[in-house]
Amino acid sequence: MVTAPTALEAELLELAGAVPDPELPVLSLRELGVLRAVHLQGTDAVEVDLTPTYTGCPALETMSADVERVLRAHGMREVTVRTVLSPAWSTDDISPEGRRKLQEFGIAPPRVRHDGGPVPLALGPTRTRAADTAADPVHCPHCGSADTELLSRFSSTACKALRRCLACREPFDHFKEL
Amino acid sequence: MTATGPEARTATGSAPVPVTAALALGDDALVLSHRLGEWAGHAPVLEEEVALANIALDLLGQARVLLSLAGDEDELAYLREERAFRNLQLVEQPNGDFAHTIARQLYFSTYQHLLFAELASGDGPFAPLAAKAVKEVAYHRDHAEQWTLRLGDGTETSHERMRRACDALWRFTGEMFQPVEGLDADWARLEQRWLESVTDVLGRAGLPLPEGPSTGAWSAGAGRQGLHTEPFGRMLAEMQHLHRSHPGASW
Repeated sequence: MVTAPTALEAELLELAGAVPDPELPVLSLRELGVLRAVHLQGTDAVEVDLTPTYTGCPALETMSADVERVLRAHGMREVTVRTVLSPAWSTDDISPEGRRKLQEFGIAPPRVRHDGGPVPLALGPTRTRAADTAADPVHCPHCGSADTELLSRFSSTACKALRRCLACREPFDHFKEL
Repeated sequence: MTATGPEARTATGSAPVPVTAALALGDDALVLSHRLGEWAGHAPVLEEEVALANIALDLLGQARVLLSLAGDEDELAYLREERAFRNLQLVEQPNGDFAHTIARQLYFSTYQHLLFAELASGDGPFAPLAAKAVKEVAYHRDHAEQWTLRLGDGTETSHERMRRACDALWRFTGEMFQPVEGLDADWARLEQRWLESVTDVLGRAGLPLPEGPSTGAWSAGAGRQGLHTEPFGRMLAEMQHLHRSHPGASW
């Protein structure tokens, strides 16, 4: 049964949602879209639902610890963080504000996927700038150029790809669509 | 905080998890993750160092969820004997040269992607994990396909090495389509779609489809029953050494 959150639950959700992502500290957990719910149990015990961006995301443990610390500081005696997988997180869950912050931080935000189906991937040469982005190019977060190429599908973390801008020649991370 | 491992039970949470299937899928992911991790510090270029480690990390995350469905993830990973592992023999094969690793990735990620897509569309106990993982594996499959094209259609040397790698691992592919108890999948259709995809990629890479049996009593195909190839024992010895030498070690 789904019940409307109480005022205290809404307050706790707000607090937990303001916790910064440990790997992308410009984003809060709310902006990243990984905080699913906060359920109060009794007066001072709370259960928090977090969803991982990637199944193996190593930041999840730090996120859980940070959320727990914040909610305990707010008077919660017992905090349980549950990992929920379903429905699967998508980059479409990143808020517009989150996308803007990523861009300012130098990470090209993910393109909006709309469909919710499998990620469409086009085959082409290993280094490419045409095949994957013809209709909806990834823009350089530094100079804004749409003329960018893919260097590697995997980058500093599982959620990013490495690209290079052909206009300003700067390499940059792209939060890849999932 | 109450400790929580990865939790993958369905919202209803009532259906018992088929342990055999959880071990089969979980061991595939764990063992391949470990093999890919062996590339750290050895990959041919920095981008591949990062890519293989990221793929390994995705697989490790999947393995943790799957093994947690079957029992205690650490006990299962570090304290089982070789015969208790249920992974495919394909994923335990040594890395070989880069072409061997890519051929193994092509065969396995195509299989895993098709299988997880099917499991994700059902409502069984593996649907939530499969729905999550299928999106990650799409990138693994793309990575393997791109490299197959690049090596097959590259220099004479890269073509020849890729051809040899695809040939050498072919006999381990038939095992993937043995039905796994507790997994609701159309195995014949899965095999057909896998073969179509691999045939297409190899064709575009200018590589011949390997000939000879994809399985057989003389060759391979009993990993799901706990029978493994010689290199697996050495891999396990290294993987389990720390935990067995220092039980409960943490940092």
